Amino acid sequence: MKKPGVKDLYIGAVIINPPTSLTNKTGSWRVIRPVIDQDRCIRCRICWAYCPDAAILELDQPYEAGGKKYSITYVVNYDYCKGCGICAAECPVKAIKMIPEVEKL
Amino acid sequence: MSMNKVLEKKLLEPLSGNHAVAYAVRDCDVDVISAYPITPQTTIVEKLAEFVASGELDAEFLHVESEHSALSAAIGAAASGARAFTATSSQGLALMYEVLFIASGMRIPMVMALVTRALSAPINIWNDHSDLMASQDTGWIQLVSTNNQEAYDFIIIGYKLSEREDVMLPVMVALDGYIQSHTIEPVQLEDPEKVRKFVPKKKRPVTLDPEKPVSFGTLGDPDWYYEFKIQQAEALERAYQAYKEVSSEFSQYFGRSYEPFQILYGEDSDAILVVLGAHTGTFLKAVEMARREGMKIGLGVIRMLRPFPPEVSKYLSQYSFIGVADKAINFGSASGSYLTNDIATSLYLEGASSRITTYIYGIGGRPVKIEDALYVVRHLWRISKRLEEVPKKPVFVGVRY
Repeated sequence: MKKPGVKDLYIGAVIINPPTSLTNKTGSWRVIRPVIDQDRCIRCRICWAYCPDAAILELDQPYEAGGKKYSITYVVNYDYCKGCGICAAECPVKAIKMIPEVEKL
Repeated sequence: MSMNKVLEKKLLEPLSGNHAVAYAVRDCDVDVISAYPITPQTTIVEKLAEFVASGELDAEFLHVESEHSALSAAIGAAASGARAFTATSSQGLALMYEVLFIASGMRIPMVMALVTRALSAPINIWNDHSDLMASQDTGWIQLVSTNNQEAYDFIIIGYKLSEREDVMLPVMVALDGYIQSHTIEPVQLEDPEKVRKFVPKKKRPVTLDPEKPVSFGTLGDPDWYYEFKIQQAEALERAYQAYKEVSSEFSQYFGRSYEPFQILYGEDSDAILVVLGAHTGTFLKAVEMARREGMKIGLGVIRMLRPFPPEVSKYLSQYSFIGVADKAINFGSASGSYLTNDIATSLYLEGASSRITTYIYGIGGRPVKIEDALYVVRHLWRISKRLEEVPKKPVFVGVRY
């Protein structure tokens, strides 16, 4: 399909049909992925707060770990996570590991 | 003098160039003014602050922390649909440099007054055109006034031109520091109601609006950037025809009109001297004095610097000898003069073989006396009579060696 040209695009690179950031799945940029160890996670919310792409989701999903009951669960939205690793670096209990997307050749 | 009294008496108001600009901004009912002081522009925003304080103008007056912020704030305001204004000079314009491209690239309609002043170093607060000329490639429409009436009129014309849907580009209105900014001349102020009828505020189709979100200032990767730049270049080219239409409508409303390029005493002249800005009057006087001595020299006045008016080459190509008076040095360029570079290029593209002599004058506010202007006119006449060779380098008028 021919992409829009000079005569088709709205001027000034103004995006008039938001939210285009939803259709732009930036997760495809990722080379390493964060994986949360739910048993180690203490539900402190730090990863959720630090994620620059709001790609950590806080779900109303009960979870039991180490004799403790939590009402919430954190998961990564891999559609938009770019794999920057900030969550893993900030996690106070080292519950997030960065795993390569592709095995080393 | 209140607005109503001006109307009743149809007075010519004695106004400095800066105050003429401030009155025009008031009469255009501008919504947002971002202000940062710099000599010689400061009295524009001071006067506007008075208008806002007295209630004569209902506008947001933003005190910002730099010229970079002044233009950024005006862009934000204009993107939200407001009519925005700011003013600057010299180093202030230099500090705005990156934001100038953003205003034109984001297709922001707004008007900025540039009170021209020399650039540092050495630091100099006096007038030349080095700030104006160095900003000519930033994608703005540039209108250059030659007197305070034109400064008032160009602000009004500027908003009308800037906000046209086929243009949507920022407009810079230049007036010369001190020679206009701080010199009082009679200025015909127009009925603000009539001005507002001439530049009505229309809701633009796309603005920053929480009810209908859009994104300004987005990323344009190699797959998209090119197309937006071509749109921008085409809009700036269209601005020439748009200006002629706006100017003609302005003349119907107010009885004054300004051609992008005007030739005076052109019919029987052996050569044309091209000028712009406040010294137009000085050079016109010199041309008239020289003509009484039998030297047939005409004057070409550029009032639109960007887009560069296509008729410049059309008119000038009829003459074998052209003089260009530039109040700025274009360091290291082919001719050493911004104006000569443009005029020479346009003449070459027209296929003309006119010879150009460049005169650089008044740098850093060096006084330009009638004797200096006469020297230029007589020198150009001698060239046109082949009594003197066309110099390959600019003639630096009034410099000490």
